[in-house]
Amino acid sequence: MSKNSEYLIERENKQYEVIIGLEVHAQVTSVSKLFSQSSTKFGAEPNTQVSLVDAAFPGMLPVINEFCIEQAIKTGIGLKAKINKKSVFDRKNYFYADLPQGYQISQYKYPIVGEGKVILDMPNGQKEIGIERLHLEQDAGKSIHDIDPNNTLVDLNRSGVALMEIVSKPDLRSPDEVNVYIKKLRSIMRYLGTCDGNMQEGSLRADVNVSVRLKGETEFGTRCEIKNVNSIKFMQMAITSEANRQIDLLEEGKEIDQETRLFDTKRNETRSMRSKEDAHDYRYFPDPDLLPLEISQELIEKIKSDIPELPDEKKKRFIDKFNLSPYEATILVSDIETSNFFEEVIKNSDVKLATNWITGELFAVLNEKNLEISQSPVSAKNLSKLINLIKDGTISGKIAKTVFEQMIDGDQDPLIIVKEKGLKQESDPKAIEELINKVIENNSDKVAEYKSGKDKLFGFFVGQAMKESKGKGNPQLINKILKEKLNG
Amino acid sequence: MSDITSQSLFELTSNVKEKKLSSGEITKAFIDRAEKSKKLNVYVTDNFEKAIDQSKKFDSNPNFDLKLPGIPIAVKDLFCTNGVRTTAGSKILDNFVPTYESTVTQNLWSQGAILLGKLNCDEFAMGSSNETSFFGNVQNPVGENLVPGGSSGGSSAAVAANLTPVTIGTDTGGSIRQPASFTGTVGLKPTYGSCSRYGIVAFASSLDQAGPMTKNVRDCSMLLEVISSFDQKDSTSIDYKRNCYSKELSKDIKGKKIGIPKEYRVDNMPDEIEQLWKNGISHAKDCGAEIIDISLPHTNYALPTYYIVAPAEASSNLARYDGVKYGFRSPGQNLIEMYEKTRSEGFGDEVKRRIMIGTYVLSSGYYDAYYLKAQKVRKLIKKDFDDAFSKVDAILTPSTPSSAFKIGEKTNDPVSMYLNDIFTVPINLAGLPGISIPAGKDKNNYPLGLQVIGKPFDEQNILNISYALEDKINFKNDISDWWLSE
Repeated sequence: MSKNSEYLIERENKQYEVIIGLEVHAQVTSVSKLFSQSSTKFGAEPNTQVSLVDAAFPGMLPVINEFCIEQAIKTGIGLKAKINKKSVFDRKNYFYADLPQGYQISQYKYPIVGEGKVILDMPNGQKEIGIERLHLEQDAGKSIHDIDPNNTLVDLNRSGVALMEIVSKPDLRSPDEVNVYIKKLRSIMRYLGTCDGNMQEGSLRADVNVSVRLKGETEFGTRCEIKNVNSIKFMQMAITSEANRQIDLLEEGKEIDQETRLFDTKRNETRSMRSKEDAHDYRYFPDPDLLPLEISQELIEKIKSDIPELPDEKKKRFIDKFNLSPYEATILVSDIETSNFFEEVIKNSDVKLATNWITGELFAVLNEKNLEISQSPVSAKNLSKLINLIKDGTISGKIAKTVFEQMIDGDQDPLIIVKEKGLKQESDPKAIEELINKVIENNSDKVAEYKSGKDKLFGFFVGQAMKESKGKGNPQLINKILKEKLNG
Repeated sequence: MSDITSQSLFELTSNVKEKKLSSGEITKAFIDRAEKSKKLNVYVTDNFEKAIDQSKKFDSNPNFDLKLPGIPIAVKDLFCTNGVRTTAGSKILDNFVPTYESTVTQNLWSQGAILLGKLNCDEFAMGSSNETSFFGNVQNPVGENLVPGGSSGGSSAAVAANLTPVTIGTDTGGSIRQPASFTGTVGLKPTYGSCSRYGIVAFASSLDQAGPMTKNVRDCSMLLEVISSFDQKDSTSIDYKRNCYSKELSKDIKGKKIGIPKEYRVDNMPDEIEQLWKNGISHAKDCGAEIIDISLPHTNYALPTYYIVAPAEASSNLARYDGVKYGFRSPGQNLIEMYEKTRSEGFGDEVKRRIMIGTYVLSSGYYDAYYLKAQKVRKLIKKDFDDAFSKVDAILTPSTPSSAFKIGEKTNDPVSMYLNDIFTVPINLAGLPGISIPAGKDKNNYPLGLQVIGKPFDEQNILNISYALEDKINFKNDISDWWLSE
């Protein structure tokens, strides 16, 4: 990364670098939970998706959901990571009201996925972020403190849902990189269908590890972990606030305590949750109810053969095959739905125009209406029809924008709009010549001025001719004939 | 025909199949005797009314193809039984009624058996005398104020006292074999993975195993045949072809190689035990078995290893009893206070002791020195047996280092209590099958047992050896019905 784009925090001639590592908790897309057959559907009535296993009734035993294992392997392959053929489920012991077993089944020493990497497309080039590991674990339930004034209520619907914890190396250096990293991770998992990445529903959350050091230092500073941040915006705010807090401490000559902190979104500051001394002793040990997980090479190969084209490969293909710029390709592959939409549109229409229309007009509409591309008011089919109308000269780009505005309302067919509203472009040279003659007749004074050297007036004649054609005149033709008439 | 309740399971099933006895008659006989046997305190919860109904139902439409046709059976109160209170001998589950059935008990009912009730046991199966039960001591029918062993003490007493034809217990470190030895009955701990742990209140998951407790070896083979099954609901259950143990039961053990481990001659072992063992060896020889001296060098480490592994797992397994979801709750001002009060009041001393030991050995800084080392030693103990079984077909040892002791005698000395399991815990650590059969009596006329240990999944072999020895030993329990009331 070039010097001028480095994210540094300045204090009296000193520059501090921020070191960030993320532990992302991604909910595995699966119909049932990691160790039980209960549904994982979001938004059900409290405690309606709870089995005896999820509620830790006496004598109940976990049985691994093999689909979740496959999803983790798939994600590991997407992160270009090592798949560990033997991994172990451990118990992480702690008491909490929404943790029915009194322990969380997780993976500690032997995770299912080892080291991998994620490539970030930053404005000034690519950056590789190392993945330390990916392991499977159970989610806890939810404690609800604000319904009953005297009691805490517990909803166990989420208890036992499969999570992948994806731990990055401390390779991130700025809130912007965190933004791109999370989006990239989300994109990869959505391509794979292993996590829907829905942050509002809590499918993707992260613990953020932050430390600071003077620029040029090689040793890491003491880190603090900010627990359970559930949006990219809050992650970025939390990092900025926490880095500044740590720098302030260093500037005052104080030490940073290694501790777990919480981000208060209202006050935009982190506060201590527990110090290292109070840190839980989770007493990890292998869960004796589950045998070590053994994965065959055969299964890995089978999953590999089902891996779809991932964003990095797709981007390369878009650049090589369609001659897109890296910037355009990055935008179009960032989300699998977008890339699918793009590929659908260009099946029958021009790539360049499609790129411009999707990243321009369509994205503007989606942004304005706060919609995902999967909810696009204009279908790929009708957008490609519109592009073809431009391409074959039936309508001008300008008219196309008018047509597009109408298409938004109920995904109307552009052919019908153009026909009904009579928006077809006038491309008959005779007709254009006629209306240009009319313009020249009506503006003889301006013609004289033009001929005496006032070249700027050419635009005026174009405008008049366009107006005379009620906007339907073919602009290229108008230009051409006007030039012949005026200069001839 | 002899008195109904003194009949073996084999006799009862034969009599039912030959229509000499009805399920109703049998069920009523056991219930009548139970009503007069309250002094033994074997039942935590009885199921008598429902049992009578079910026996009538059986008799109205009997199915004689079943292996336990209309036979009433009481089970240890560690097995979850659908609609019938299941306490694990603890106050913390005093009010707990499962909505589900353990696989092992389901196997009983699927073969026609009828639940008589739930039998007393040490709290969460932690104990060797049944004295840690929240529901009080159980009297050993062998003699007044004598412990029945533990943790399946209610079960061993119930079989010995003819209060159930057979029963099932669980064995984590000897909880089936030691009480069987103390009551002059037969108890078998199957290979780890043979009987499903689904629906059994967990003590130490890597050691727990359900097994039959019976009056004789044949009944034991019949019951094992019913309860042993592969179960997808238990990830440690093993899918292998199980024998028809009762059909293949044979006294012919000619040429079987039986190992005698020198390390089981422990210091201060009573002469009676030594003599019992010698007699067993000579009976085995008489049956045509070949006796081979073997060594199990890590035997001495088994007990300390067990008392790290079992409490470690227990400390985690028992975390779910927190007053939040079911069972006993003692209210508090906040969550922590509720936890503290619930668990302080809900658990007894022995359970608390083991939770503390287990929490300690798993704590950071101690994990490597205790838990990890214990796991390594456990592997060595397993290897001892693997090596031995390359030379022998089975191993013969005493079941316990002493006969039944007096109630209260060891309650203040946990270590001396733990020493009861010295001959049984290595078998759990190695995951092997082991059976205790009554083999003699001590000077007080209290029963003593011999243990036959087998290779993994070789239950048939140890049943056959026991069957042959049982015949030679010809043990007669001398129980006087001293507790009966009118």
